[in-house]
Amino acid sequence: MVNKPDLHSLVVNGIHDMGGMHGFGPIVIETNEPVFHAKWEGKVRAIFSETVGRYYNLDEFRHVIERMEPAAYLEAVHYERWLHAVETLLDEKGVLAAGAAPAPQAPHKRPANLPAPRFKAGDRVIARNMHPEGHTRLPRYARGKSGVVTSVWGAEASGRDSVSVDLWESYLEAVR
Amino acid sequence: MSSGHDHHDHDHGHRPEPPSDVEARALALESLLIEKGILTSEQVDGIIRTFEQDIGPMLGARVVARAWVDPDFRRRLIEDANAAVGELGLNTTNLARLSVVANEPGVHNMIVCTLCSCYPWMILGLPPTWYKSPPYRSRAVREPRVVLEEFGVVMSEDVEIRVWDSSADLRYMVLPERPSGTDGMTEAELAGLVTRDSMIGVGLPHVPAARA
Repeated sequence: MVNKPDLHSLVVNGIHDMGGMHGFGPIVIETNEPVFHAKWEGKVRAIFSETVGRYYNLDEFRHVIERMEPAAYLEAVHYERWLHAVETLLDEKGVLAAGAAPAPQAPHKRPANLPAPRFKAGDRVIARNMHPEGHTRLPRYARGKSGVVTSVWGAEASGRDSVSVDLWESYLEAVR
Repeated sequence: MSSGHDHHDHDHGHRPEPPSDVEARALALESLLIEKGILTSEQVDGIIRTFEQDIGPMLGARVVARAWVDPDFRRRLIEDANAAVGELGLNTTNLARLSVVANEPGVHNMIVCTLCSCYPWMILGLPPTWYKSPPYRSRAVREPRVVLEEFGVVMSEDVEIRVWDSSADLRYMVLPERPSGTDGMTEAELAGLVTRDSMIGVGLPHVPAARA
């Protein structure tokens, strides 16, 4: 049994941030892959479906996987990470404790009145080279890289062989 | 090596047999949640059945085929994919925001989630293991052409490759180009040419057998 990581530890540059890493070898493609490789995988997926949004939100779910000890993360098959995440979150939220389960929480809503975006399509920007504590959605491979805002919540880009990554405004600085 | 030795199956990507304690933990968690009245075994079985039978790449293939035969739909799909997919009667409540990126002459798109496993599963089904694996996640943004070659897709140098890194809130699907030689085909026949991998961008649609 793998030691549980410190539940409150904050992962910064975690093993999950894999974009651009070397050394993982060729892509192994399984032909005629089943949806679930074992019954327990389907159960874990179903337990997730039934509890996400009720006792924890999707961001918390992601973060708890990112908090996994790196070697355990790599060793685990996909649904093992999900099982770890669901177990940990339901434990942290008191759902697994003796007695009645706590009432489900209301779904998280992002605020409706947001300030006007700082950037518009066509702006040249640079992604901050930052290492914030906790969860970030700014992958390492994009930090410090410059690029063009192709859209503020939308699609369409140009330039040969590009990578497009969806980022929060706070990750970006204008290029002057 | 003699077969009598204990063999640790560590080949990456080939799924090792799950250690039995993982299975035991999953069953224990399910039992506890059922006991607490948080879920029922019928709900669990129903969700598994939905993923195994009702959701899959055949849904995305319908979207692609419609876009191939209906230019107005194609335009709406690229402008507001969630609304357009909804027009086909597909359930988009859990889809997050969907963006459909269209291949065109000289442009090839592919999708990845470098940070986790974000994927438009409501219309493509749950992602294959390789999509969630370290090799694909690490390499798709660094050497997409080499990755494509591993899937048997060789792109000429003058084709621009666009890689789209998905997030929890924004997921992508590739709209492949309609193969030539498909002029007389029905929408349903066209959907049959669309593969899962062509909607991820690591494959191309089937080409219809030449007709007499």
